[in-house]
Amino acid sequence: MKPAKFEYHAPSTLDEAIALLVRYGGDAKVLAGGQSLVPLLNFRLARPAALVDLNRIRALAYIRDENGLVRFGAMTRQRTIEFSPVVARRLPLLREATRWVGHLPIRSRGTIGGSIAHADPSAEYPAVLTALDGEVVARGPKGERTLAPAALFETYLTTTLAADEVLTEVRLPAMPEGAGWAFEEFARRHGDFAIVGVAAALWRGGGRVTARLATAGAGPVPRRLSECEQILERDGLGDAAIEAAARRASELVEPDTDLHASADYRRHLAGVLTARALRRARETARG
Amino acid sequence: MADVRLTVNGAAREGRCESRKLLVDFLREDLGLTGTHVGCEHGICGACTVLVDGEAARSCLMLAVQADGADITTVEGLMRDGRLHPLQEAFREHHGLQCGFCTPGMLLTALDLLRVNPAPSEDEVREGISAVLCRCTGYHGIVKAVRAAAVALAPKPG
Repeated sequence: MKPAKFEYHAPSTLDEAIALLVRYGGDAKVLAGGQSLVPLLNFRLARPAALVDLNRIRALAYIRDENGLVRFGAMTRQRTIEFSPVVARRLPLLREATRWVGHLPIRSRGTIGGSIAHADPSAEYPAVLTALDGEVVARGPKGERTLAPAALFETYLTTTLAADEVLTEVRLPAMPEGAGWAFEEFARRHGDFAIVGVAAALWRGGGRVTARLATAGAGPVPRRLSECEQILERDGLGDAAIEAAARRASELVEPDTDLHASADYRRHLAGVLTARALRRARETARG
Repeated sequence: MADVRLTVNGAAREGRCESRKLLVDFLREDLGLTGTHVGCEHGICGACTVLVDGEAARSCLMLAVQADGADITTVEGLMRDGRLHPLQEAFREHHGLQCGFCTPGMLLTALDLLRVNPAPSEDEVREGISAVLCRCTGYHGIVKAVRAAAVALAPKPG
């Protein structure tokens, strides 16, 4: 047996899942798609007393598009998102980012809620959530609360979710018609975790430009590049403005060195990928 | 211990195992289906890929208990009436295997790829099979085999 012993629960309702988390008082782990947690169990880097598996909770898998907001049940599979016509139309940036999440067999199981709650800073979905001003809903024994990315991501693999809270929903505002987008990423092999990734969206409206930019892998949490957005919103989408925004991106990020890449290299990549993402987003933007 | 009832290659099967047992180990040790290979055991190599309800997934990243009620296809389920599946035929024809260790995972990954994209370009095949590592590095033959299988599996006109 690879994983250490644990008690296994697969409740069919969210209330039961939360009651189990309360009962184990921090010694249980929530199992979503399992594409990050099961490797940790196999290596015995995680040895929870119990697993609370959300896979039998049907009510947690949905995509709803209402009033300009797309809401995803936390257990919606990445593969479902990849092939969803709603996502292709309303959130093309999320669709493109999904293609960078592992491989298709990983996306068959991996979920949007799991990816965000795992809070790996090099993961794609936390960066998209950050770029698009999304939010997540968490439910615990005391009720429900809504968290913006800045209030959710604390540091590497750590969120502000309590041990008895379940991330239940991810909300992303639909991108405006005609918006341009790009997700650029560099990894050593296709499907590996990003060394650095950049999510970009651009749109024009009311005579002005709106830009959205966030990085993955360039620090302990996804980083929104508001100052770069301001450069573009002030100076437009010409080459000089894009280059200025890219330079600022490499100054703003606060990467660490690890065995995959040095902080300097990540800083350099943040600039290069920001420029690439912005140029491609500019090409896809209409209007 | 937990009871696991599932369909494997079209047949109802059941077993009893600890809840921490991985699906790949359950298939091999409890059901005797050793065609699915155990490689890295942390979701990187893809050797253990099977179809779960028709979609390719890593059987080392699923617990057997999670497959209760599921419909699983393993490499043993690809042959029909004693004949190789067209994808297996294409792997043989185009030297898509050397040592054979990655082959079960490659076959099921490619089958899923061809289901979502029945006529993939060479780049799309390369991206698709990047989900599985071949340490013989015989990728050229595998790419050729998958593209040939796409043609063989395409609906015939008329």
